[in-house]
Amino acid sequence: MRILTIVKQVPDSNATIKVLAEGKGIDFAGLKLVADPFDEFGIELAVQLREKRSDVSEIVALTLGGEKAGETLRIALAMGADVGVHICDPKLETKDELFNAAVIAEAMKKDAKGFDLILCGKHNIDLDAGAVGPAVAEFLDLPHVGAVTGLDVSADGKHFTARRRIEGAEEVVECDLPALLTIEKGLVEPRYPSLPNLMKAKKKPVTLLTAGDLPGVAEYAETTKFVSISAPPPKPECKFIEGEPPQMAKELVRLLRDEAKVL
Amino acid sequence: MTSNVLVFIEQRRGKVHPASYQLLNLATQVAAQTGAQAEACIVGEGVASLADAVAAQGAKKVYIVDDPVLALYRAIPYTKALVAALDAAAAKILLVPTTFMGRDLASRVAARKRAALAIDCTEVRQDGADLIAVKPMYAGKFSGTFRLTGDRLQVVTVRSNAYSAAAPQTGARADVQSVALSLTDRDQRLKINEVTATGSGVKDVTEADIVVSGGRSLKSAENFKILYDLAAALDGAVGASRAACDAGYQPHTRQVGLTGKVVTPKLYIACGIDGAIQHLAGMRGSKVIVAINTKKEAPIFKVATYGCIADLFTLVPLLTEEFKKLKEH
Ligand SMILES: Cc1cc2nc3c(=O)[nH]c(=O)nc-3n(C[C@H](O)[C@H](O)[C@H](O)COP(=O)(O)OP(=O)(O)OC[C@H]3O[C@@H](n4cnc5c(N)ncnc54)[C@H](O)[C@@H]3O)c2cc1C
Repeated sequence: MRILTIVKQVPDSNATIKVLAEGKGIDFAGLKLVADPFDEFGIELAVQLREKRSDVSEIVALTLGGEKAGETLRIALAMGADVGVHICDPKLETKDELFNAAVIAEAMKKDAKGFDLILCGKHNIDLDAGAVGPAVAEFLDLPHVGAVTGLDVSADGKHFTARRRIEGAEEVVECDLPALLTIEKGLVEPRYPSLPNLMKAKKKPVTLLTAGDLPGVAEYAETTKFVSISAPPPKPECKFIEGEPPQMAKELVRLLRDEAKVL
Repeated sequence: MTSNVLVFIEQRRGKVHPASYQLLNLATQVAAQTGAQAEACIVGEGVASLADAVAAQGAKKVYIVDDPVLALYRAIPYTKALVAALDAAAAKILLVPTTFMGRDLASRVAARKRAALAIDCTEVRQDGADLIAVKPMYAGKFSGTFRLTGDRLQVVTVRSNAYSAAAPQTGARADVQSVALSLTDRDQRLKINEVTATGSGVKDVTEADIVVSGGRSLKSAENFKILYDLAAALDGAVGASRAACDAGYQPHTRQVGLTGKVVTPKLYIACGIDGAIQHLAGMRGSKVIVAINTKKEAPIFKVATYGCIADLFTLVPLLTEEFKKLKEH
């Protein structure tokens, strides 16, 4: 079984993000970048599958992003992926997830051995969208299961059952491999890569791909173009409600009914 | 290609997701700008009876893809069904609610149709042939504006409560067209074996108009009962911070935040939640936010509309009583 995990480098969720003049983008200078926490669930899952089974032949970690994204690939390699693929070309860097998915799918088509299981996060915390997984699956004519919270791959490595979370319910689905899964929180807890493993990861092979290596990408266009980013309009100051708890409760209910009109 | 706007009506077991009707209202406004019309597509099993309700919400034409294999949501069969309806409608814009199903389906449909796509939008407007979509970025800390090119289908998922539904026009009629679906075995590689309701009959946080959330300060699973009582009085759902879920007070299905669920209810009541940036990522889009916290400096007050500096164990039961009184009147 060969496993591919797709990882994206994103700003750390604790970082303070600054917007560039005129909202042209965000200021990456000094910004702490990490592997997307949902994608990390995918890497961890791949590594745990190998620890549990004897038939996982290779774990490939793939990223699409600028030169710095190589650091994120190294985290994936330190967590246990064997080889990396880095699609690194400014021409291919967009905020259009459909286009990004097409690029990733084209890179996967170049891999002659093929993948049985493709894992990525439920969504990425930069674009807050979640189209990459389903779209990669669509471009490769694979089934996918979104927001997976449980996984059981059959002994022969040909099928799986997965648990997925939908609004108000959970479903158990069954499917043949190859397939793509997007991972929800709760299935695995990502390990911290140890220092020795980070050192070893530097020696693991990484293939660099540019637009020239992916002629199939020419079929696709960036059709959703980023225009600008802005801080949400400032919230009006919080209105503090005074008084002892019984008055407070009465006043809050009054405000919610008469002023905010949400009741 | 006409410039009609098609709305995907999300239903599970015959129950329509309320965001679908909000989108029909948006579709009517967008279509009016170009003299086009708002249309709807319902996919499922035994869903034809929903057509009248959908017409009452403004759909001028309703495409129905009705088949037993569509009883439960599966990405590929639903993609095929919705694409068949899109082709029949020759629509230029497809609006889908931002839900688990909506994100999943819109992504796949957009990829298949080589469409332009924006997910989880809070604002959608036309600019010539293009569509301008505004959506949260960086876990809701910012909003991004995107331009979807007008030379192709534009697919947009829209947040619950970003737009409101129109008052239903009972008796309004729509053309109803049934759309045929043919699936291969390959389209049905995925099977659903089991569906279990989580939270035993209690509403999910993503479905409720009112969400009452608790944090680590609740101290135990039992203590969450006061929040369930409050939620019951408001016909709302109960959510929790990650600290409360990690401590086992609530299942992770109720976690709100960056690595939990993103909710945009009309009213969000945060009880004993500090307001860490990762929690805000999941709830700052709520229309009205109430924060109850003993600590005046708690960051939750920065996003709150109304703040109560109080012990939640005292205030929450009092609030429940007040809301109950309000209901009785
Ligand atoms: C990658 C990552 C992802 C994360 N994802 C999420 C996520 O999805 N959701 C999430 O919530 N967190 C998430 N976190 C964790 C987040 O950083 C916080 O640790 C967490 O939200 C804190 O939960 P809390 O507010 O319940 O607890 P605390 O921080 O312990 O705050 C408790 C609050 O209760 C108040 N309080 C105490 N007693 C009372 C009382 N009797 N009455 C009223 N108020 C009282 C205190 O003043 C305090 O403000 C994430 C963190 C990371 C690093």
